[in-house]
Order: sequence, then structure tokens, then C-alpha cells
Amino acid sequence: MEQKKKILVTGAAGALAKKVIDKLKKDYKIIAIDFRTKVDLGIPVESYKVDFNKRIFEDVFREHQFDAIIHLGRISAQELNRFTRYNANVIGTKKLFDLARKYNVPQTLVMSTYFVYGASPYNPSLLDETTPLKASELTMDLVDSVELENLSSIYLYKHPELHITVLRPCNIAGPGVRNTFSLLLSEKRSPVLWGFSPLMQFIHIDDMRDAICTAFEKNIPGVYNVAPDDYIGFQDAIKIAGSQRIQIPSVPPSLTEGIARFLKWKSFPPYLINYFKYPVIIDGSLFAKTFDFKPKKTLEDIFTYYRSLK
Amino acid sequence: MAKSNTSIIDKILNRNEMDDIVNVFPNKVGSQGYDAWGFNMKNMKNNMRFTKYLYDSFYKVEAFGLENIPKEGRCLIIPNHSGQLPFDGMLIGYALLTNQYAPRAPKAMVERFLPTVPFIGNWLSSVGAVIGDPINCERMLDNEEAVVVFPEGVRGSNKLYKLKYQLQRFGSGFMHLAMKHNAPIIPVAVIGMEETIRSYADLKPLAKVLGMPVAPIVIPWVFPSKVYLYFGKPMYFKNDVHKESDVKERVDEVKAAINKLISTGLEKRNADIADKKNEKK
Repeated sequence: MEQKKKILVTGAAGALAKKVIDKLKKDYKIIAIDFRTKVDLGIPVESYKVDFNKRIFEDVFREHQFDAIIHLGRISAQELNRFTRYNANVIGTKKLFDLARKYNVPQTLVMSTYFVYGASPYNPSLLDETTPLKASELTMDLVDSVELENLSSIYLYKHPELHITVLRPCNIAGPGVRNTFSLLLSEKRSPVLWGFSPLMQFIHIDDMRDAICTAFEKNIPGVYNVAPDDYIGFQDAIKIAGSQRIQIPSVPPSLTEGIARFLKWKSFPPYLINYFKYPVIIDGSLFAKTFDFKPKKTLEDIFTYYRSLK
Repeated sequence: MAKSNTSIIDKILNRNEMDDIVNVFPNKVGSQGYDAWGFNMKNMKNNMRFTKYLYDSFYKVEAFGLENIPKEGRCLIIPNHSGQLPFDGMLIGYALLTNQYAPRAPKAMVERFLPTVPFIGNWLSSVGAVIGDPINCERMLDNEEAVVVFPEGVRGSNKLYKLKYQLQRFGSGFMHLAMKHNAPIIPVAVIGMEETIRSYADLKPLAKVLGMPVAPIVIPWVFPSKVYLYFGKPMYFKNDVHKESDVKERVDEVKAAINKLISTGLEKRNADIADKKNEKK
């Protein structure tokens, strides 16, 4: 009997990783790791709690010969401080790539975010993958996201044998997702900026799971935006999701930032203020064409879910 | 002539008429009525009620040459720019939307600072305005849209009143895009907007402090003025230039076409004024 291919999935405690593991576990041998907790994912899945930056991390590679890594583990800017995040997300990923090289892992998929493009009033619409990443120009809190991308690109071109695929999704939403904009859709009252309703894209967590699994199975290295060609103004999205909008003053910008720092809302962090103001619309056509991918869930499906929570 | 009893508000809120117009033009929008540049059908309908009032009742616009607008496919609409505020763009947009030959919802390239202004940025993008980035224009032409570009930018719209109907320097970006994307250029003359808001000075130091492109000193009043729109025949340019000076020559060809339309429009306006005077006599 042919042995199942072995895949390392990082960030296993996250909702998206759990869905990816659930989908792949029938056909692949999954080894799940997370720095936060040892996740119980049922019998066929081996799970470890491990920090990428500790020497013990290499033991996972010594023990298992991986055929691929799906690197979903990233500390978001809502969690921990900037220094710890940089160490985990950037230095930790470098360690992961180096171990992939050392132990001849032939494929790595890295999860990034559309935040790396930066929310600027001068952004054209439909940013493609060649657009410069300007997020670190706006805030130091997104430096780790941009550096993670730069690191991935260096390894992608310097070490083609790693077959690195980087996915930059738009806002992921749906059951279990805890990113900033999905939190805003789930809350009863959500902050919005007075006079600003940036256009946004949302992808359902099930579609993102399918995108990751398709990209993994087809293994065509490169950097890809993942987003549907459907859009909605942020304030409209909040309304349709059944949340009440709390208008935060938008001028002068220093007042808005002061309010964000004072309120310390998890869903209204000061470093994301520009994303509440200006659109970052990405062009997902390269991914759609390369991987023959089309999201199945509509914006209405996403908002229906959030309305049902209220 | 009997004076109409219809109030301005009634004219603006004439919903049925707007629905008839908006429902006939084809627009590629997503499930929530938005496209990738923030154009929104619902806001467009609401906005059109106000623009219709401006078009029909305030500026009493007369449009000529609307048959020159391609029924479908990419094209660049290139007008002279005037009037301090972007009303000229709105009137051109409305003329295209209600064009009896083939209605189209055009996009208009606007100043880059506008998205930073609360409400204004969102409102403009919801009615078809897009920041003036060549990447946006390329994408929209690839999307087979009609795009309005004012190559004079603020040099034209915010020029001093004494410079009225004198075309200012044209940027050449529109010509590069037209050649690269094989898009016909429709030259347009707007007559009448120059007289509506009159600027007598531009306080450049104040503009610098405010972070604005201009700080015009204007009479705070919108003078009523009949507006004439002249749409010229499509101009086609092959992508076969070798140097920038060739592009400039082609830009000058478009400028000359607009100047000719301006002359025609001014003659027509003078004739209309003379007719009115004769009628009164």
C-alpha cells in the first residue's frame, strides 16, 4: 500500500488551519503544530505544542520526513507585542524555511495577508501581486507582515527547490474567524470612521480552506492574491451584518488615533485606522486563473451568518 | 411662458423617471451593487436626481454630438476643465447616462487628494469618480468602460477667470493610455461653466499650508449660466510613436479639436444670446 504523504501544518489552533486539516486528513498524514497549545484534532492527526524559535522545533523534522509544509501559523497584530511578533513571524519563518531546506521538504505554502499592500488614499483599485508592499510605511505594527513576505520572496527565488507558494487573501470571514474585520461583523456595535466607508472584499473561511487545499495540491509556486470579484462598502457591510455603527470622528487623524488608543478595542486598533478609511482592493484573477478557483459562498452567505449571531 | 409649480425638491426626488434611466444602462457590478472602484448603483440613482436638477433646471444644458459616443467598448472622453468645482464632470456624466443613442455610465478620473476628504471621497467614488492613477484608467479601459479624463487637471478647473476658454497645459498620460489600449478619444468642449464660479487669485502659500493643490479666491456665488456640451468625432491613434515629442504632437491635435469645439460652442452661445435680445425687443 502506498504511504500517505506527510504534511506539517502550522498554526493548528486557528479556525482556518482546523478546517484545512479536516479536509486533508483523509488523503494525507497530518502533523499539526501550534505555539499556543497542543490541539486535539482527533486520532489520525499528531499534534505538538512547539515554538519555532526553540531548538526542540527541529525534533519535529528529525522525527518526520515531510512532503510539504502549510504554514498558517502567524501571530496577528492583535496578539503579543511587536518584538515577540517579529521573532515568531519573521525569525520563526526563516527557521522554518531553513529546516525545510535541511530536511529536503519539497513544498511550502505560506499564508500572508492583503494588509501588506497598505491602506493608502493613493492606492489604485485591483492591486496585483507586483504592487509594492507599503504597509510598513503606514505603521510599524505591520512590519512583521511585510518582512514575512519579503523573506518568503527571497527564499522563493533563491531556493526554487522549496516550491514556495504565498497566498495573500482579502478579509477572511465566517464561523470561528477572529481577525479584526470579522470581529467587527460579529459584534453588536462596531466602530466606523465618520465619513469613510472603504470598499472591501470578503472571502468565506470555507472558500479560503478550498483555496489553500487547491494551491497545495496543484503546487504552482508564486505569490497570489486570493479574493472574489465582489465588493462592498465597509459601513454597508456592518449594516447588512446586523451591527449597529458607532461613528468615530475621522478628522483630525490625531483625534481618531487618540480615541483608538484610549478605547483599546481589539476590533479598532490604532495601527489599522487607515484600513477603516481607504480601500485596499486586490486582484484575485491570477489565482483564480492559475488554480481554476471560484469562491462558492457569496457575500450574502457571509452576512447571513453574522446576522444569525445577533 | 407659464411658471412651473414644481418645487426644486420635487424635481430632485422624481424617482420614477430616474429608475427608468438607470435601469437601461449596462453596468458590471457585484452582488451588492458595487464595482471594484466603489461605483454603486443605489448611490448613483440618488445622485442622478440632484444632477438631473442641475442639468435640466439650473444649467439648462444643451448637448450636441452625443451620437459620437461609442455605443459600447472602451473610450476616453477628453474635455476642457472649468468651474472650480467638478460640476462639469457631473454634467458630462449625466449627458452620457441619458444619451438617447446609447446610455453609458462613465468613470471620471479625479484629483488624488479627494479620497482623504470625509464623505466627499466616498460619494465621488460611488457615482463613478476614480483617483487619477494610470493603473486605474488602464484597468477600466480593459474593462471596456468609457473614462472621462481632464488632462488639464486643476490647472484647468481652478484657473483664473481672466483665462476663461484658454486651454491650459495638457498632461500626456491620456494619450499614452489611448495608444496602448487602442481606445478612441472623444474631444469635448464645455461652454458656460467658466462663468459659474469665478476665481480672481490663487493663494499658493495657503494651498501649501492646507495641503491642497489650490486655494482660489472666488466670489462665493454660483452664477447661473446656460451650459453647452459639444462632443466631437472619435479620434484614433496608433501605438507607433518613437519619442515623447511625437506624443506631444498628438496631444496638441486633441487640444486643437477641443479648441475648435469651444469656438463652435461660443458662437452658438453668442447667437442664442443675440436671439434672446431680439425676442425681448
